[in-house]
Amino acid sequence: MKLTLRVWRQHNADAPGAMASYEVDGISQDMSFLEMLDTLNEDLILRGEDPVAFDHDCREGICGACSLVINGDAHGPERTTTCQLHMRSFADGDTIDVEPWRASAFPVVKDLVVDRSAFDRIIQAGGYITAPTGAAPEAHATPVPKPAADHAFEHAECIGCGACVAACPNGSAMLFTSAKINHLNVLPQGSPERESRVLDMVATMDDEGFGGCTLTGECATACPKGIPLPSIAAMNKEWLRALRKG
Amino acid sequence: MSEYANYTTGEPISDTKAPEGPIAERWDRRRFEAKLVNPANRRKHTVIVVGTGLAGGAAGATLAEQGYHVVQFCYSDSPRRAHSIAAQGGINAAKNYRNDGDSVHRLFYDTVKGGDFRARESNVHRLAQISVEIIDQCVAQGVPFAREYGGLLDTRSFGGVQVSRTFYARGQTGQQLLLGAYQALSRQIAAGNVEMHARTEMLDLITVDGVARGIVARDLITGSIETHYADAVVLASGGYGNVFYLSTNAMNSNATAIWRAHRRGAHFANPCFTQIHPTCIPRTGDHQSKLTLMSESLRNDGRIWVPKAKGDTRPAAEIPEAERDYYLERIYPSFGNLVPRDIASRAAKNVCDEGRGVGPGGQGVYLDFADAIRRMGRDQVAEKYGNLFEMYERITAENPYEVPMRIYPAVHYTMGGLWVDYDLQTTVPGLFAIGEANFSDHGANRLGASALMQGLGDGYFVLPSTINDYLARHPHQDSVDDDHPEAAAAIRETRDCLAKLLAVDGDRTPDSFHREIGELMWEYCGMARTDAGLRKALARIPEIREEFWRRIKVPGSGAEFNQSLEKANRIVDYLELAELMCLDALHRAESCGGHFREESQTPDGEAARRDEEFGYAAAWEYQGTGAAPVLHKEDLVFEYVHPTQRSYA
Amino acid sequence: MALATRTGRRPSTTRTLWDSTVGKKSVMAVSGAIMLGYLVAHMFGNLKIFFGPGDFNGYAHWLRGMGAPLLHHEWALWMVRVVLIAAVIAHGVSAYQLSRRDIKARPVKYAHKRRRASYATRTMRWGGIILALFIVWHLLDLTTLTVNERAWAGHPYENVLATFSTWYGNTIYIVAMVAVGLHVRHGFWSAAQTLGAGNARRDRTLKFLANALALVLFAGFVSVPVAVMTGVVS
Repeated sequence: MKLTLRVWRQHNADAPGAMASYEVDGISQDMSFLEMLDTLNEDLILRGEDPVAFDHDCREGICGACSLVINGDAHGPERTTTCQLHMRSFADGDTIDVEPWRASAFPVVKDLVVDRSAFDRIIQAGGYITAPTGAAPEAHATPVPKPAADHAFEHAECIGCGACVAACPNGSAMLFTSAKINHLNVLPQGSPERESRVLDMVATMDDEGFGGCTLTGECATACPKGIPLPSIAAMNKEWLRALRKG
Repeated sequence: MSEYANYTTGEPISDTKAPEGPIAERWDRRRFEAKLVNPANRRKHTVIVVGTGLAGGAAGATLAEQGYHVVQFCYSDSPRRAHSIAAQGGINAAKNYRNDGDSVHRLFYDTVKGGDFRARESNVHRLAQISVEIIDQCVAQGVPFAREYGGLLDTRSFGGVQVSRTFYARGQTGQQLLLGAYQALSRQIAAGNVEMHARTEMLDLITVDGVARGIVARDLITGSIETHYADAVVLASGGYGNVFYLSTNAMNSNATAIWRAHRRGAHFANPCFTQIHPTCIPRTGDHQSKLTLMSESLRNDGRIWVPKAKGDTRPAAEIPEAERDYYLERIYPSFGNLVPRDIASRAAKNVCDEGRGVGPGGQGVYLDFADAIRRMGRDQVAEKYGNLFEMYERITAENPYEVPMRIYPAVHYTMGGLWVDYDLQTTVPGLFAIGEANFSDHGANRLGASALMQGLGDGYFVLPSTINDYLARHPHQDSVDDDHPEAAAAIRETRDCLAKLLAVDGDRTPDSFHREIGELMWEYCGMARTDAGLRKALARIPEIREEFWRRIKVPGSGAEFNQSLEKANRIVDYLELAELMCLDALHRAESCGGHFREESQTPDGEAARRDEEFGYAAAWEYQGTGAAPVLHKEDLVFEYVHPTQRSYA
Repeated sequence: MALATRTGRRPSTTRTLWDSTVGKKSVMAVSGAIMLGYLVAHMFGNLKIFFGPGDFNGYAHWLRGMGAPLLHHEWALWMVRVVLIAAVIAHGVSAYQLSRRDIKARPVKYAHKRRRASYATRTMRWGGIILALFIVWHLLDLTTLTVNERAWAGHPYENVLATFSTWYGNTIYIVAMVAVGLHVRHGFWSAAQTLGAGNARRDRTLKFLANALALVLFAGFVSVPVAVMTGVVS
């Protein structure tokens, strides 16, 4: 396949950026999107140009590093991560726009790489269960009903890629935050910190400059791990409950 | 014949930290005998932890909980992205919840045997003991393990064992365990006990009078070279499988931290022990940048086969039952598809070498779920393996519910690593290595679901106990700064190396060299190794290295975010590490575990160990680039599990 | 070693509520629900127009005397008005502040334009502005009678007829009622999510209710100008 790429190029956080056009040829249907970008970068290096910077690591859809907006969609046209998107989703001759996550809480570092440390700070605010090493009771001491365990797992699957923020017209991190709240607050182990967790995480989320939720549902549509939209309602409920309990 | 292969044998090396006495009491005794640091004094001690995977994340969190000041590093943008996250299958623990005859001793036995008797008994036994606490710890952290309807934890069985001791969280156990450690670490970061440096890569170890005192690191965003000093340095930077270019490791997983520590005096043990995982998705072409693993748990219900006839190109569905060879079930009737990884991988290679492989290039075997779907129903299969099937379909565009999966072995894990004693301390005092970065517990082959166990065991329980002893015995170290001659030298060498890479301005990309060295390693130091092949590789590596320094092209500068420079700098280390791996493989003229020497096999083609000559761990001492290293042997003594030829028939 | 991960004291409940995006959204949800309740009552009141001037004007007169003899003339009405004004202000201020925040959180648009979320969601902001303007006009028209063609105090039936006898009166009103329908359609469901009443099981029911409410309100309100235009009410 032969493709035209329009890629956001920005030398560093302070430099102005712009879309630049590149032609890539000899692209196989079996390549992943990132392998296609590798091909472009190999070319650019040999031509003495600066290769396109993009985050990527595991390339199997679990580390959450890759983060491209492809033709306006976070992670591209399929519901998956960019690294698991294959070129068979495109046709010969296509023009593909590649942009970084856009949100003021995710400033661009270089080209397609953004700074997502705001997510880490949300977790640091309370996205954990206080269980110092060595203090744990026997694992079977507290049975967890399977539905609760499954609910927790379904939300624990979040990979922290930030597609939800990138897709949201308000740059909101509600889906990310609610995934962790739903994971931990439903478990008996998480219940002692249930209130402080949700209050502190939501407060940090706001402080980091993420927008509010207008329930457009774009986040859940973009989420490669299928974190469901009702997670947000469940978090709101937890938050109001925590507020009532003081 | 390269100069490099003329290694010399130095003084034997031995672990002096494991106490004598009954094996089941050694860990308790060691913990009792270890000196402690007064809790009030702990915050005066700084510990550097490099890496935030299962081992590093767990260690950072736990050391901080104990009151130490932790300074931690990861190359990713967040500690949550460490490659432990990609582990799928599960984590072993001798809980015996199934009442199926499991015990600490059985897990110990299985691990020593699975490792083909090349691991240290006392370490492995400790790991088996700790396994039980790991599960408790993770459950307390909210790790959503799979549960049964009664609310209790579910387990499954994994390759190479006959009990059901593997705890799991669907196909994402590594992710869930890592997030548990990440969250514990996050709590300590918020509390100010851990100073986290993300997007920062360790490039050198700073030793002062032979003692580890800090690291040189590069801020990957600004490119600035920084130094950090501490009372002890812990390397939790993972394995070195990426030397093969194509592996199941993350793209940025690298050997730089351990290799540069090796250059500073830490012995590197058993580098040739690499694990080739049998169930990976076959490659599709030259553009392939990495390989994807399909959890070994698939072998619990999937049946592996190839056509009986060579060159049979019919679609799987058209090959009648009688013309299929379920070769693992045929050769190993009692373990069948659940034989250990090294055996399953080699068997796959053998049938493909015979010309019976399937798929493009004949580099694949079928993993068929048709029987499982018939027996359990499609829904049940989906419940157990749904996400893996989805992943497979996404990559290959084939539906495994309808067509059998195609799998082929790929490099997955490295059992070798920095040599450590029972305290996980390397040969450099004050330098510790944990998780996959060390060589300790898996011998020549790691059993499924044991990597997570070892990473977390080292991080949560072993290192935080043993490092106390070191810190207590070295309470008042002189402060070091950048002006110290040894620190200044490390900084200068780091800068010089980067500057040299940028200065060449040649005509080949970093990836092209990485691919070349990887292909060479896969060919000669992969699933089957020969004396002649390894010698060929040893002759070729210095040539590639010479060409690298002549033709490498790294665009941009060092003072900016420069992914090409990061890559090239890692390849510098692969080009040396590859040589050591080949030498280790050459010198170990026996087959054991993941190391299969064609010259050493039983009449029926199984790996033949030679305990008399090779019943040791090989710890290599660095002597300079291209200079023959010195071999130090650690004799392995087996008091509890007596070496036998492994049999899974 | 004991850890103090949380230092400072938590701010007051009201402060937390107002400072948080989640809290402010719940203020919007509750104020929206109050206005929605009012709209339903308002719509039923409007339908009295189909029973002639006596019925309609009598109902209007009763509104002023609500609560008698316990409450003085128009006291109850003013109580309702105060609550409504508070709701409108809370709703509007929250909406304004949240919108500003949202726009600031996504300052750079994607170069590649694409379809966006459903029409109603997208038009919440514009719909809200349209409704705010409409309310001003509506009060000037039928409460203060400032802009009403007929402006006959105490005779709302005649005033309503006058409004809906003009092309602009009908246009303004019908456009505003479309906005009401769309606003309620997303707003009701959204408020349920914000207040934590939404979940996967209930989602269909909530969406159905939202659509039904939007439709009923739209039909109920628009029936009046339509009836005037077609001469059913004269």
